[in-house]
Amino acid sequence: MASYLRPTSLAEALDHLSAANTNAPVILAGGTDFYPVRVGRALDDDILDLTGIADLRGITASDEGWRIGATTTWSDVAAAELPPLFDGLRSAARAIGGVQIQNAATVAGNLCNASPAADSVPPLLAMRARVELRAAAGKRELPLGDFITGNRRTVLRPGELVSAILVPRPKKDAQSIFLKLGAREYLVISIAMVAVVLEVENNVVSAASVAVGACSAVAQRLSYLESELIGRRLNAALANRVAPAHFEGLNPIDDIRASAGYRREAAAVLVRRALTMLGKQKGN
Amino acid sequence: MRLIVNGKPHSYHGSPAKRLSDVLRDDLGLTGTKVGCNAGDCGACTVMIDGKQVCSCLTAVGQAAGRPIATVEGLKAHGALSRLQRAFLKHGAAQCGICTPGMLMAATDLLAEVSKPDEQQVMDAIGGVLCRCTGYRKIVEAVLDATRTPDMPEVPPVGTAVGARSLKVDGVQKVEGTEKYGADYIPHEALWLRAIRSPHARASFTLGDFSEVMRKYGLERVFTAADVPRNGFAIFETKDQPVLADGLVRYRGEAVVALVGPREAVEAVKPDELPIHYVPEEPVSGVIAAAAPGARLVQADKPENVLIRGNVTKGDVAKGFAEAAATAEGLFQTSFVEHAYIEPEAGWAVRIGDRIEIHASTQAPYMDRDEVASVMQLPPDRVRIVPTACGGGFGGKLDVSVQPLIALAAWTLGKPVACVYTRPESMASSTKRHPARITAKFAAAKDGRLVAVETAADFDTGAYASWGPTVANRVPVHASGPYHVPHVKNRSRALFTNAPPSGAFRGFGVPQAAIAHETLMDDLAARLGIDRLEMRYINAIRAGDLTATSQRLEHSAGLADCIAALRPHWQALGADVEAFNARRKTVRRGIGIGCMWYGLGNTSISNPSTMRIALRADGRVFYYNGAVDIGQGSNTIFVQIVADALGVGMDRIDYVMGDTDRTQDAGKTSASRQTFVSGKATEIAARDLRAQILRLANAGDGAKLNFDGAVLTVEDSGVVRRLDLATLPRLNADGDVLLGEGRFDPPTTMLDADGQGVPYATYGFAAQMALVEVDTELGKVKVKKIIAAHDVGKAVNPTQVEGQIHGGIAQGLGLALMEEYLPGRTENLHDYLIPTVGDVPEIDVIMIEDAEPLGPFGAKGVGEPGLVPTAPAILGAIRHATGVRVTEVPVLPHRLHAALKDLPLAAE
Repeated sequence: MASYLRPTSLAEALDHLSAANTNAPVILAGGTDFYPVRVGRALDDDILDLTGIADLRGITASDEGWRIGATTTWSDVAAAELPPLFDGLRSAARAIGGVQIQNAATVAGNLCNASPAADSVPPLLAMRARVELRAAAGKRELPLGDFITGNRRTVLRPGELVSAILVPRPKKDAQSIFLKLGAREYLVISIAMVAVVLEVENNVVSAASVAVGACSAVAQRLSYLESELIGRRLNAALANRVAPAHFEGLNPIDDIRASAGYRREAAAVLVRRALTMLGKQKGN
Repeated sequence: MRLIVNGKPHSYHGSPAKRLSDVLRDDLGLTGTKVGCNAGDCGACTVMIDGKQVCSCLTAVGQAAGRPIATVEGLKAHGALSRLQRAFLKHGAAQCGICTPGMLMAATDLLAEVSKPDEQQVMDAIGGVLCRCTGYRKIVEAVLDATRTPDMPEVPPVGTAVGARSLKVDGVQKVEGTEKYGADYIPHEALWLRAIRSPHARASFTLGDFSEVMRKYGLERVFTAADVPRNGFAIFETKDQPVLADGLVRYRGEAVVALVGPREAVEAVKPDELPIHYVPEEPVSGVIAAAAPGARLVQADKPENVLIRGNVTKGDVAKGFAEAAATAEGLFQTSFVEHAYIEPEAGWAVRIGDRIEIHASTQAPYMDRDEVASVMQLPPDRVRIVPTACGGGFGGKLDVSVQPLIALAAWTLGKPVACVYTRPESMASSTKRHPARITAKFAAAKDGRLVAVETAADFDTGAYASWGPTVANRVPVHASGPYHVPHVKNRSRALFTNAPPSGAFRGFGVPQAAIAHETLMDDLAARLGIDRLEMRYINAIRAGDLTATSQRLEHSAGLADCIAALRPHWQALGADVEAFNARRKTVRRGIGIGCMWYGLGNTSISNPSTMRIALRADGRVFYYNGAVDIGQGSNTIFVQIVADALGVGMDRIDYVMGDTDRTQDAGKTSASRQTFVSGKATEIAARDLRAQILRLANAGDGAKLNFDGAVLTVEDSGVVRRLDLATLPRLNADGDVLLGEGRFDPPTTMLDADGQGVPYATYGFAAQMALVEVDTELGKVKVKKIIAAHDVGKAVNPTQVEGQIHGGIAQGLGLALMEEYLPGRTENLHDYLIPTVGDVPEIDVIMIEDAEPLGPFGAKGVGEPGLVPTAPAILGAIRHATGVRVTEVPVLPHRLHAALKDLPLAAE
């Protein structure tokens, strides 16, 4: 008989994880990735359910930035009072599955699942998020880009779990956007998506991050484009800076949802649109 | 563990990891919560926890312990339906009803937070629940209406039921969650059957010794091909599809062995532990490979991989083409399309003495009875089929699925045996819409009149015959479109491949053919400088015209009226589009039109229905209804017909549906035949019963029937006669005292060698127009509006007619824009996309009632006509918007994007 543990403290959870050594339990939170891969199969995994740990849920702000607890759901993100830096992530929160999924699925779970089409990754990459990992022996912190290493691959070690996602406070006022492209409305896996965060001072871009998802095994930032944007005035003409060369690092694939070539071009269209929309917002 | 469901505490002692949906259904008996996918893709299992909607199939019951759980069973207050439930009833928001509990819970969550939601909020709230029947519009209307107190229609006064928007007679159980589908009342003691299916498209295999696996898991029995008395089934005499494969599998998903045992035992088995040794072989994929010289055969005794050929030839096409002022040609291709009913195949069987009884979700109880009898080598009267409620069919539940397997196991083991397909199993094993490859040439004279049409259609019929012959025979009749054409040569072939069997799917090949004929009509209109709508109006087949099979249409050919009804909308939207496009470049709008016709019922094959209606000693009317309502609403419209033909109120009528021990054979629910054929049989039966009553009362035709308990008074020209029904001799233990019977078989003739004759007694007609918006940078299409004009003969229940048309349009939209089944790659509802509430646009339905004298009260069928013209209208609109002539569906964004890039630089 498989075990099912639902501790109420993180320390207890980490003890269970470290004690398990060889047969590590599956970590369960929203269940939205766990159950779909077990259709018609016996549920015989040992499970460590994190949702009983009250401290792991919710978003808290500090001088350094924001901490998104590991079991914070997409609906939590959508409902939270957050600055415009989070607009992109909040758009992603409303675009993942349907409301049923958003009410259960966690942001951290989406990172751990590490799908190339994970909608959380581009906005969090653009926000320069870091991932906090905890084990009984201690904790470490990694940039999100170093945490996910491939299609369904992360650097999570045995005995370790994601305890939080950390979003650093930008130096200047930041605005953000997320655009998702799918073949239908609602409940759709992305063909491509982009997230942009711009920090702006006196109507000039002082920092920029642009991330593209579903166009490579792991979502990527477009660093050449980012440097191209810095110092430019914030207006719709920002989109004119986008050039095909900025997308050369992407490595999209042909699959049932789209062709590789289409993905590459769609990513460019989405990035231009995102910059146009942010440019029109003006803001401060 | 303590669970609080709808305010009531329950204790649960099983695994905390078990899905909440399974606990609700299996442990607490709350089967109102439905399971459609177990993967969070369909939302049928939506419940609320702490007032928030979640998929109960993705929720570990351990997480729900102690928190308030709300399910559909808790929606009623003080025994009365909630406003939302009543609004669903009123608007016809539940068709088959399988998604209804999920929809209701998602909407309940919304209404608790937003007292007056707008349409966008409603769509956002229910966006996670898929519906395959309704096209969503009536669900959205219902949720919006639920914020008011819906004014419910009364039971229509006697004599006014036909034509009334009366409530579904089986609607209350659907909105309560008490309707029983195939998986909802399986006996607790039932053993579970799990079919092990081939992972290969084509392979030979051998079976080893299963005794070790059986011991390890505690299985009761493993069935193989050797256990099946007659190991072949099919609609037609071919009987080519094995119940369990015998040494050779011909498609991925074919059943190889059947494990039977306690549910946990069969679910625990890992297929790779089973002693099945496959030797994969190169599969035959697609019709080009199947038809290639020297192609490997899929079925050894079917040369050239040809199942059947069809042909309709009239006049001399060469002569016609020679006279033409303009011709247009093209090659058109479509994909496998999955039915995606939200209820996977399910049912259970039990042996009772020397009979076998099967409770399963089906569209065709009498065919199931005969098929099971054939497989089990029993006389048909020893098989009883009791149809459960059907959670969507669309043609996919015309073929047997679980029935022969559970019959075999229950018969052999002497215990009840159940089988419920998983979603991937349902998708991998069930039939599909035939992929088509159609070449067509249309020619017209200078005035626009069609002079000749030649088409050749190859259909990928998959590994087994299923309904391939029906498609191959039906398409040549329809392939020249709903037009008058003097010279026609339409051919078809159904070819075997190593793919899932293509079978019946709403339209039987006609939707595929319509894409070809409507694109070519647009081509001809452009070449001749004639407006696209007017081109169709000129050519619309009318009463008095000859069809491609030289059948003279005598009545009820309302296509021209449908087109005329669209004309003002066509002109107004056309002007809007022009103005819109003058200002915009990236986003372009366009309008398109699609026309269709569809022969109702079997093609040149007898398809009678027999119905019986009894008057009972207690003064109730009992309707023995052999036709299955799969959500389209036949139960309701039949009761409306009985009411008016007999002269009683709808609320006096009780019925049984489809039980082969209690009803007569009313055929299958397919080919849009139930309203027309079974409805007519129902009308005849009701009139027969009325005639018997009037005879007994010695009253004339115009007499009025009034009931006072068991006393029937018959009033004729002021004379009142009393019949005390309780004193009449009883015909049976149920208390029937008078029994009316009606039989109707639509008059058709065999087709000759050239396909000439009368294949159908009547036809449905429609014209639809679509307004689309195309994002030309991304190749993304958004359908903004559909206007659908349908000749339905007579709308027996306008709400249900609209519901059928809406649902057909949603499926037509899916066919055009997103649906493509790829074996092994889209066997779930997140890789296989069907439209969500956000994809289906505003729909205006215009009903044309050109009465069909043969039909009940003039009515015809509308089940399939709703779907057929939608994809052509959308494709025409895309072309109008962008210039891209689409010849292959679905038009996924990347495909349209590529086509846009291939366009020659258009002058703007």
